[in-house]
Amino acid sequence: MQITPSDASALDTYSAEVRHQLFHYVLQLADTSLILGHRLSEWCGHGPVLEQDLAMANIGLDLLGETRSLYQYAAELEGRGQTEDDLAFLRSATEYRNPLLVEQPNGDFAATITRQFLFDNFHYHCLRQLLTSPDTRLAGIAEKAVKEAAYHLKWSSEWVIRLGDGTEESRQRLEKALAHLWRYSGELTTPTANEKALQSAGLIPDYAALLPQMEAHLAHVFSEATVPLPQGVFMMTGGKEGRHTEHLGYILAELQYMQRTYPGLTW
Amino acid sequence: METVEINLEEQFQARIDADIRIEPKDWMPDAYRKTLIRQISQHAHSELVGMLPEGNWITRAPSLKRKSILLSKVQDEAGHGLYLYSAAETLGTTRDQMLADLHSGKAKYSSIFNYPTLSWADMGCVGWLVDGAAILNQVPLCRTSYGPYARAMVRVCKEESFHQRQGFEIMQTLCAGAPVQKEMAQEALNRWWWPTLMMFGPKDADSPNTAQSMNWRIKRFTNDELRQKFVDMMVPQAEFLGLTVPDPTVKWNEERQAYDFGEVNWEEFWNVVKGNGMCNQDRLGARVKAHEEGAWVREAALAHAKKRAQKAAA
Amino acid sequence: MTQSEWPLWEVFIRSKQGLDHKHVGSLHAADATMAIQNARDVYTRRMEGVSIWVVESKHVHASNPDDAEAFFDPANDKVYRHPTFYDVPDSIKHM
Repeated sequence: MQITPSDASALDTYSAEVRHQLFHYVLQLADTSLILGHRLSEWCGHGPVLEQDLAMANIGLDLLGETRSLYQYAAELEGRGQTEDDLAFLRSATEYRNPLLVEQPNGDFAATITRQFLFDNFHYHCLRQLLTSPDTRLAGIAEKAVKEAAYHLKWSSEWVIRLGDGTEESRQRLEKALAHLWRYSGELTTPTANEKALQSAGLIPDYAALLPQMEAHLAHVFSEATVPLPQGVFMMTGGKEGRHTEHLGYILAELQYMQRTYPGLTW
Repeated sequence: METVEINLEEQFQARIDADIRIEPKDWMPDAYRKTLIRQISQHAHSELVGMLPEGNWITRAPSLKRKSILLSKVQDEAGHGLYLYSAAETLGTTRDQMLADLHSGKAKYSSIFNYPTLSWADMGCVGWLVDGAAILNQVPLCRTSYGPYARAMVRVCKEESFHQRQGFEIMQTLCAGAPVQKEMAQEALNRWWWPTLMMFGPKDADSPNTAQSMNWRIKRFTNDELRQKFVDMMVPQAEFLGLTVPDPTVKWNEERQAYDFGEVNWEEFWNVVKGNGMCNQDRLGARVKAHEEGAWVREAALAHAKKRAQKAAA
Repeated sequence: MTQSEWPLWEVFIRSKQGLDHKHVGSLHAADATMAIQNARDVYTRRMEGVSIWVVESKHVHASNPDDAEAFFDPANDKVYRHPTFYDVPDSIKHM
């Protein structure tokens, strides 16, 4: 079934079911960029060199900007009068729908770069497809975000190459990070039941169609980095359906501290 | 030889007096160069260390909007540090050397950052008071005699004005909010007021370098002048917010057309300068850790650049 | 320790189409690609630019301030090089 509402911003054209599915999907995207932005912001003031401290904060800021647009849209889809902050600060870990990858700790710079690259490679290619979504709100958000994501991908790709083909120590660190984080990469392109429904409705990209481009870029970057990709690793999933690693709870404990301690106030 | 030196020095002072900027390759007295390196690097270190007390709250900011603002503000401070390190580098030192001096404790940074940030209202106070004090210090430096420093300061000041406003806005929101928020604001003001007054440095009588620095126009107002200006600016703003400055002696002096205010606790000031503030160990420890743990990253990037250059040449 | 310091680069930014690139400051980077990206992250956070040039600081050759008089004073008396030196009758337009 193909849905092409004449004006997708008029949310009423969606059936209650599609609207609900879309709400969960947008929430998933928002949670994802929030959690990764949050992780990057932990680096602020602690980066390996001042110039890269600025770079990571820039990426974090881009992701937070995207987060806000997405939550605002999600709140409209939900239609219960919640705000972006209600959605970010008042949901529990099991209600969060970010993939496991982005909640993984920063680790060393190699782990942060690897996590970022694996995400950027998906994020950028997915946003490019979202540009043509019949849902004009999502397409509009993607239009701004895709330019930022293109830069993020360039940045993280170059760092993967630098670390892989840098010193012996940097290669070892990158390999170690990759060996650990690779298991979380498959979830990005493994659709949940909710995503499948939206894919068959033609509202969001078919991940299978993204894979060739993603894999080509991945292969190119790691061959430049002279680091082999892991093979035959079991892929962990669950985050997009609310089953998380233990790390998310601690993120939320910090993230939501103020709103939970002082409920209902304006800051 | 000596007469030549004297002439150079006279010419140099004449240029300064005529408000002509000194540029990196111009002749300058060694003492001027050294004083500048000390002052600019100390300023750069303050920006760098200053990221930590606020960075502390980025992950706990109470709304997405505040989180974005705070992250971009702390990021700006990294930028300011970078502009200032670059300005100092034109005087013949390196960033690595300056960082080594910071890490060994030889170089100082502003003591204000050795105070802890304990509540969200501290983000308001740091922006409103600490950045307010910094701006008073910095605006005159946009006209300082050394060109690269003055240009860096122009850029810094342009960006800094948003910092103070966002701090004031946090305070305003707290003061217009629930009683618990207003208490939070007052409690933070109580803690930050005196340390902010200390930011202007010792009393003029105890600041022996001031005269020379004023003469060289790398300082344009004395410590006490700036402190007075700050109090005159801030007392009405605190009143506007409905907060009470924690100094019972603050009183408008009609004759002086300025506020009278109490004596700073100089024992505390020197104690924090000497390393005994609540956070001296943590702040410096965090900077050293970041630098040391970043060493392999910096080395890897250099090694890769070298490999690439070799490949391109082959 | 000093071996790991990245080289210094000078950054020039075109603030909008039609204007010259202007020196805005410097930064450290391991190579040119990184220098351009760092310049973007450091010097264009507030939409200050549409184009970036970087050049490694060691490649900049500068005139010597001691030569300033010999270099720049001779142009002082060549007022005829400036259009305002010439009287043009008021009735003549477009010149």
